[in-house]
Amino acid sequence: MARWTVREILADMLPVLVVLTLVELGSGLVLDTLQETLLQYPSLLVLVPVTIGMAGNLGAIMASRLSTATHLGLLSFEPTDETLAGNAIATVALAATLFPVVGASAWAVQSVVGQTALPVATVVFVATLCGGILAVLSVVVSVAATYVAFRVGADPDDVVLPVVTNTCDVLGVLVLFAVVRLFV
Amino acid sequence: MSIRQTALEAYREALPVVALSAVGGLFAGVVLGGMEAELAAVPGLLLLVPALLATRGNVYGSLGARLASALHQGLIDPRFDFADRRTRAAVAAAIANGVLVSCFAATAGFALLSALGRDHATLATLLGIALIAGTVSGILLTIAVVVVVFLGYRRGLNPDTLAGPVVTTTGDVVGIATMLAAARIVLVLGGG
Repeated sequence: MARWTVREILADMLPVLVVLTLVELGSGLVLDTLQETLLQYPSLLVLVPVTIGMAGNLGAIMASRLSTATHLGLLSFEPTDETLAGNAIATVALAATLFPVVGASAWAVQSVVGQTALPVATVVFVATLCGGILAVLSVVVSVAATYVAFRVGADPDDVVLPVVTNTCDVLGVLVLFAVVRLFV
Repeated sequence: MSIRQTALEAYREALPVVALSAVGGLFAGVVLGGMEAELAAVPGLLLLVPALLATRGNVYGSLGARLASALHQGLIDPRFDFADRRTRAAVAAAIANGVLVSCFAATAGFALLSALGRDHATLATLLGIALIAGTVSGILLTIAVVVVVFLGYRRGLNPDTLAGPVVTTTGDVVGIATMLAAARIVLVLGGG
């Protein structure tokens, strides 16, 4: 039963928000380390929010589908499970379709509003590689989180979603950092 | 259903929502890409970006979910009324949460950078930006969430499925744009 006074809502949410903020500051620290490169190549800066957001979204969709399947008793946590394998394939396919477009759009928009220092191929490559790695990671994180919640008997709707979204946010920044450091 | 069918169905269902949030994220990215000057002038601001964006998503996503559940349960009327005790408490608590956590992020971020001996702006500058951005984005996102959830419900749409995508698409854009505006205001006032 949801509680409905300002004091109660704050008491319920603030502790969780404080912990999540500390986790997100960790990924902020990675961005801060990368600041010089990002300011030098603004088309990579354009990629930051969309990479974080898409990773979180892919994880959230996968996790909420797995949670629902768990509630309905339809999930077996085996690689041959239809819900598990089907959604994993869909997540990777979504990333494979959308991230190249995101990279090309980021480059195109940046070349209209400012100047781009990187060739379009590099930006598309960075976005696509990030997207592929993040799709696989978001599958792993959402399956693991749902499995743990299922085993300890917690309601996956309550716990899994915030854990998966914020973990994928952080992974988004880490993967972007690794790809930029290795290839740009 | 075979794995192939499940995959196709999941792909088709998720594509519009994910594509829409990609567009929102790109807009946010363009604003961030145009912030080079402010990011360089306020060292430590980039550190706050993930925390501030996540706070917007967590706080106002939860406001949307709370209002949606209350509408379903008949706890609040489908006509927005700020005199309603529950609606007012939910909105006030969301804005308070958003502002408090933004200021906490600025303080903790400042402490982190100081401890690591990295370049950082003054605590007053970072706090000022977090306070202004937290308040303004809170008001804007509350309006977006309330309008979509109440209008959607009255038109017969499920507010549970509406609130999420609205917050993920508008949250990033509003979050970054208000941060840029706040950074400019604080820089004009002499911060740095």
